[in-house]
Formats: sequence, structure tokens, C-alpha cells
Amino acid sequence: MPLTRDEVQHIAKLARLGLSEDDIARFQEQLSSILDYFQALRRVDTENVPPTSHTLPLQNVMREDDPRPPFEKETVLANAPQREDDCFRVRAVLEE
Amino acid sequence: MPVPEPLYALTVHEAAELLARREVSSLELTRAVLDRIHQVDDRIRAFLTLCEDEALQQAREADGRLARDETSPLMGIPGAIKDVICTKGIRTTCGSRILDNFVPPFDAFVIERLKESGFVMVGKTNMDEFAMGSSGENSAFHPTHNPWDLERVPGGSSAGSAAAVASGEALFALGSDTGGSIRQPACLSGVVGFKPTYGRVSRFGLVAFGSSLDQIGPLTKGVRDAAIVLRCIAGHDPRDSTSAEVDVPEYEQSLVPDLRGLRLGVPREYFPEGMDQGVRDAMEAALRTMEDLGAEVDREVSLPSTPHALAVYYIIAPSEASANLARYDGVKYGFSHTEGQDMWDNMEKTRQFGFGDEVKRRIMLGTYALSAGYYDAYYLKAQKVRTLIRREFDAAFQSHDALVAPVSPTPAFKIGEKVDDPLQMYLSDVFTIPVNIAGLPAISVPCGFPGGLPVGFQVIGKPFDEATVLRVAYAYEQATEWHKRRPPL
Repeated sequence: MPLTRDEVQHIAKLARLGLSEDDIARFQEQLSSILDYFQALRRVDTENVPPTSHTLPLQNVMREDDPRPPFEKETVLANAPQREDDCFRVRAVLEE
Repeated sequence: MPVPEPLYALTVHEAAELLARREVSSLELTRAVLDRIHQVDDRIRAFLTLCEDEALQQAREADGRLARDETSPLMGIPGAIKDVICTKGIRTTCGSRILDNFVPPFDAFVIERLKESGFVMVGKTNMDEFAMGSSGENSAFHPTHNPWDLERVPGGSSAGSAAAVASGEALFALGSDTGGSIRQPACLSGVVGFKPTYGRVSRFGLVAFGSSLDQIGPLTKGVRDAAIVLRCIAGHDPRDSTSAEVDVPEYEQSLVPDLRGLRLGVPREYFPEGMDQGVRDAMEAALRTMEDLGAEVDREVSLPSTPHALAVYYIIAPSEASANLARYDGVKYGFSHTEGQDMWDNMEKTRQFGFGDEVKRRIMLGTYALSAGYYDAYYLKAQKVRTLIRREFDAAFQSHDALVAPVSPTPAFKIGEKVDDPLQMYLSDVFTIPVNIAGLPAISVPCGFPGGLPVGFQVIGKPFDEATVLRVAYAYEQATEWHKRRPPL
């Protein structure tokens, strides 16, 4: 079941991942062969088998919601790619 | 007693004894390790960042604490940290361009623990980008070379950590293991690597890849050192909700030189037709040694779902990764493309230019497996087969104290040999992945050098029974000489 070029572009869009023309062609081939390999799982009988999301016998871990001092503003903004005053600067999110 | 030379070749416990007796200072030890790095790392390339000034400062502080008779097993011991673990004030790249300039404002839990213990951090080690890879070649910066043969890979993703310990550039290192990333490079580089039970070590400050699989653990020159480092970094941490509230034993007490009374299982699915003869012979010899040490070895164990583990893993891990890596959008930290047409264009190009091929491939795979119409067929199906794999391990542990299996199907392969065939590269992890899927502890131990290249076995234990795993590994190690070999550099 090979992936189509449109499907590759659709997945990239969902993942907000820019791809070059070369990437699209290469991923179309490579992802198709990997997905093909996955087909073996279809033959495994999982009737009435519950899914495992993680292996610990833990559910709904709770802790007290104690207020703590946050990081200093400068510490957090030190890694900002673009900064304006005390804000992270980004391009307009909403259209005019 | 004369101080053994060279100092960089010491194990953690040997160095700790010399430090405690004041026969060596941490400053001398740290300088010896830094000199060794300068001597060999242009060939090995284990490090992404060296912290020489900080290391010398930490060594002086450790010497001060030792002078005040403070004791702790890692006081003054130089170690290296995989660059996927956050270190306050020291850049942490995950082997990726997208985090090239990222400086964490906090320490990971394991770094807090190591600092309390007084360790000396010599640097941050190279790795496959975001821990995705089995050779170290997916680092955005440079490959790392196997100390036993510089034309070969050291294994991955904890490539630099394994190569650094093997070549004497650190007395120990931390790595992370999502599908074999501690055990496989340890095996291919001829050192010990220990992945603890999922939940044993806090993941706070470990940059997330596959959150239900990731676990931090030690790479060391021997089993005793692995016990010492694990004791230091294990334990409950409320900042990781999957950190287990289970007591941490004194692991060194479980290190006894015999295996009497233990029943070990050997799963036959780990010895497929056409298996590498060097690996098979080394495994057979190792199993006979374990019998000589008093273990009962049962070669009739079967874990029939083992052949499905690879597919399960390459659905679950990329699915979790595609969600975890959504945070790299170029807004708050890291590489940011700013010249695009609009916000979305910038975000897509940030990720296009910031991530390497393997990371993109896995984001694509995971996004596909989680997308509308495919979730049930891929992600949910994989989670159900995950249950079957775990149940088979549980059943085997009903009548066996631990399981023994090969780590890597082959010794180290050549740099460049598998980079163009992702599926072939994924097959390097075929024996290590089931352990992560089931959340079990497993240690990789060297057991031979066919053709001059190291191979190893893994001991797989019951959940939170790291003590038995260490006992089996230690007894074998002490009965053999492999752990004393060092690469000719």
C-alpha cells in the first residue's frame, strides 16, 4: 500500500514540517516500505487484548499544587530567538 | 600502594578508593581525563561540548569536600553526560541543529543527584539527533568513531557516551535508552550499559523522545560501577509523574561472584537462523560460564511475539516523538527561521532546516500513525501487541529469575554502511527493543571480541529487580577477563 505524493504532503502539513521536492520523493518511497513492514501486525490476534500505554501500575498521579517561584524573566528570555521588551517576538498569528 | 597509571583508565570504584585515601586528588584525576580527551578525541569525536573550566572548579570543590571527610561514591569522579540531558548553564543540543544554541535554565533530576554526590562533569556527549538512531551517524554535528576500529560506528544513540567510556575520556557516562540506545552502543563499544526499569530513574530534564519508553542509565567500564551510578540516580521524583515510589536497594550488596540458586531463561527467538556466528559462539560460551557459576540455564524459553516488537516500537516511539517534538516551533528557544512569508511558513521552515532526515522521517511516521483513519490500525494495534509482549515476559518470569539474550545481532558495522536504508538500521535494535516495550531493566555486558570487535549479552530482569540483573552480570564479568580489555588508541 504505497503512500501517494499527496498523502506525504498532507502528513507534512499536519506535522508543520516543510519538505523539499527531494524529501517528498524520498519519504514517499521510504515511508511506504516501512508501513509495508508494519502490515505484519495485522496478522496478530488482539481480540479482547487491552492496549498498553505505559508499563507502570500507575493511574492519575496527584501532588499538592504548591505555589513555587517561577524562573526569572531573564533566564527564560535568554533563549528567545527574537525578543521585544519582555516578550517573545513572533510574526502576526491572526490575519488582518 | 603505588598509584596506578594511567589515571584515566581507572574504574569509578578504583578511583573512589584512591580519592578516599588521598592518594590521588580529584584535580589530578580530572586533569588526567581532560588530557586524555585532548589526546584522543580528534579521532573519537565523543564530545559535543567540553566543560573544562567548570570541571576543574568542580574537582577543586570535591577535593575540599573530601578534605572535610565528606564521602559519597561519585565524589570527585569525572563523568560525561549525553547531550539529551539538561544541564543548567551548559548548552544541551540533543545532537540537533534545532537546539544548537539552547542553554537550559535548569538541571535534570539526575544531574541534581550527581552534583549532590560531587561528580565532575567533563562534557556533553555526541548522539543521534533526539536519540533517534543506532549508530551515532544521525548527529547533526559529526559522527563518533568506535574506539576499537575508527572506521566503524560505536553504536547509538548514546554514541559519544559509549565511546568516551571505552576510550578513557570519562570514568563513567549517562545515556538514555528508548529502544536500546544505552545497551547497543555499550555492546558495540565494549563497555557495560544499564537501562533501568521504566520509572526507576526520573525523566525530569531528559528531553523527551518516546515518553512511555525513555529511561536514563549508566555506561561504565564494569558492573560494580553501573551499580554505584544507578544507586546515585535512582529514586522517586514528584516532577516526573511516571517516577515510581519504589525503594532503591544498596545495589552493591547484590554483587556476589556466583549464580547458585538462580534459574536463567534463554528465549529462543533471540537466536534466529542465519545469526552472526561470532555473536552466537560468544553467547554459547557465556551461557556455559553461567552454568559453571552455578546457574540453571533453561534454553527452551519462548517469547513468541518477539518478531513483532520492531513494528510495535516503530509505531509507538515515532507516534510519541511526533507529539513531543511539536514543541520545536522556533518561538521560545532554539533555531528559528524568521524570513518566511508568515507565521506558518516560518514554523514549517524552522522545522525543515532545524531537523535532520531521521527525525523528519519519524515525525512523519508518527503523525501518520496517529492521524484520522489510521489510529486504530497502527497506534492502537501496536499498543495491543505491546500488551502481548509484556504478558509473555511476565509469564517467563514466573519460572525464571532473569533472561539472557544477545544485545546486537552483529558487531559494529562500518560508518556509512546503513545510512541509506532506514529499515536495515532499525533492525540493529531488534533484540533491545522488546525490553523497552515491556518496561524492564536490562544490562549489556561484554562477552567476547570475535574479529577484534566487542560483542555482548544482556541480562533482562523483572520490573524493579535491578539487583538480580546486576548479580548475574557481575558474577559473569568477574569470571572472565573481557572487562579488562582496552582499545588500542
